[in-house]
Amino acid sequence: MKKLFTAATLATLTPLATYAQEATVDEQINAAFSSSTGWFVNLIFMNIPGTSFPWIVMWLVIGASIFTVYFGLIQVRAFGHAISLVKGDYSDPDDAGEVSHFQALTTALSGTVGLGNIAGVAVAVGIGGPGATFWMVLAGLLGMASKFTECTLGVKYRNEYPDGTVSGGPMYYMVKGFKERNLPGGGVLAVLFSVFCILGALGGGNMFQANQAHAQISGIVGDYPGWMTGVVFAIVVFLVIVGGIKSIASVTEKVVPFMGVMYVVVAFIILLVNYDKIGWAFGQIFAGAFTGLGVAGGFVGALIQGFKRAAFSNEAGVGSAAIAHSAVRTKEPVTEGVVSLLEPFIDTVVICTMTALVITISGVLVIDPATGLYVLNEAGSSIQTTDGSSGVQLTSAAFATGFSWFPYVLAIAVILFAFSTMISWSYYGLKAWTYLVGEGKTKELIFKLIFCVFIVIGAAAQLGAVIDFSDAMIFAMAVVNITALYCLMPVVKREMESYFGRLKSGEIVKHKH
Amino acid sequence: MSKTTFVVGIDGSDAGERALAFAKSRAKAGDDCTIALCYVIEWSPFSFQTPEENEERHKRREEEISMAHSRVLDPAVEATKSDGCQVTGTVKHGDAAEILDNLAKQLGAEQIIVGRVGARGLKERVFGGVTGRLVASASVPVTIIP
Repeated sequence: MKKLFTAATLATLTPLATYAQEATVDEQINAAFSSSTGWFVNLIFMNIPGTSFPWIVMWLVIGASIFTVYFGLIQVRAFGHAISLVKGDYSDPDDAGEVSHFQALTTALSGTVGLGNIAGVAVAVGIGGPGATFWMVLAGLLGMASKFTECTLGVKYRNEYPDGTVSGGPMYYMVKGFKERNLPGGGVLAVLFSVFCILGALGGGNMFQANQAHAQISGIVGDYPGWMTGVVFAIVVFLVIVGGIKSIASVTEKVVPFMGVMYVVVAFIILLVNYDKIGWAFGQIFAGAFTGLGVAGGFVGALIQGFKRAAFSNEAGVGSAAIAHSAVRTKEPVTEGVVSLLEPFIDTVVICTMTALVITISGVLVIDPATGLYVLNEAGSSIQTTDGSSGVQLTSAAFATGFSWFPYVLAIAVILFAFSTMISWSYYGLKAWTYLVGEGKTKELIFKLIFCVFIVIGAAAQLGAVIDFSDAMIFAMAVVNITALYCLMPVVKREMESYFGRLKSGEIVKHKH
Repeated sequence: MSKTTFVVGIDGSDAGERALAFAKSRAKAGDDCTIALCYVIEWSPFSFQTPEENEERHKRREEEISMAHSRVLDPAVEATKSDGCQVTGTVKHGDAAEILDNLAKQLGAEQIIVGRVGARGLKERVFGGVTGRLVASASVPVTIIP
């Protein structure tokens, strides 16, 4: 593992500047990556035989459905309590100064709210039509139960060290939880998870972000070599994660939520202005969800796109959130699980739906006036858009119908979202890394340096294969994590029943403020 | 003989020292008077943090509390005691105005005594200083020492 990374680091450090210009290097890396990792990518995204449905999407949705049933619609029952917890109603005043539920939630959110909400949704609606929104919301609602399960376990089995720091995440509940229940294989799962998590952090949490941020910037200022973006990003990330310059991180952590709120507010205003079309848009969403309205792949296409984008966007079941949420100060692990179920709600049900509604209402998707169905593009792969754009550009175009200046704000938002996602994933990757190789300043520094190098690679090269691979890695985390969740869900149920029992009996009460 | 308590906010600044000096002279003038010293570390549960900051939060909090004790609170408590006054000391995280008022309510204090902190730029002007908010929200009389 380590050798592979060292080799990769050396290989990339030397010809760094030549990367962007010499397509041959890109192609070589692409080819090498495809041939060695392609089988894994194909395995992860393989369709269920006889369908065009990737099994991994099914895996996440079935997992989420099982947790939803097993915990008796926890996402509905505990929703009000979750808000109460975030407001601090149940926080012990003597714990003031510790990590609050609000902080744990927002930290985790800044890792998930990002390109998935902006670019991913546009892809889903572009290919699957407005009906994809319905399935996306459904997957988001179900995913709340997955988050609840993993975050409760994350807090319950976290490590608290003598110096007062805490470390938690799937690798810890896999080892400790399995041991407690006398189940075999916890250690193996933990190692597998850590390996996937490191690669997922370098890929989806890093290269993909850098790559998309560069695409967005060059879309506005004109084309220029990607390594320039990469180097700037890498320097800033380096200053934060290696140099410990907290001010940059805290500025981002403050601006990102602001951007998120602004995004929703602007979307809301556009919807208000077009209030007469909202009924129609919902009609499109419901009709499209079951009939497809003539989009690529019909009804199944809408369903797959919706489910897939929700999973990409909110990471429910992936295990990353369990790392982020485990630092909270609470005596009851269930409370953090309850708080965490707000995450897919905010990310998918609110922000993604807003994006989808704006795209639908704005009229950027071309409709055939005669039939009322969507017009497919020449390739027949997605819906024809008024300006031929897709992804971030499509969202941008849709918002621009309401506010012409919005694409600039969106560009800034994309950059900040990408940056905050990188900071979050550098931490997730680091946790997995130290789990494998042990803690220590030098060991941590090695990972952080590798992480920064991969930012440059991600922004500079058109490494489609590498990006596919990193997406596959994030889903591979989910395969390992959900397996562990199935084994440990009785523990969560016990905790949940005990906690809500005491809440009902009045043993747990609100603190006065 | 009535028992009175003064809540005194200190922060290691000269203003805090002046507040304490005033409280001491008032306490000596009365008979059974306790000075409740309080050092508040400004903190909000609704701030945004990085995962790394969250991980180390508990450790940092302990460090902040022990530093507040060793640098400011404990010397102040000692000095007050050696002046012959009854004194207690607490360190808390949170919003200074809120914490001081809560403490005053909890102890049934007669008044809160704080030093006036000079205006510090734009932030102070927009959001109002700690003293300003304390005066606006306190449930007992507040004495501000210039």
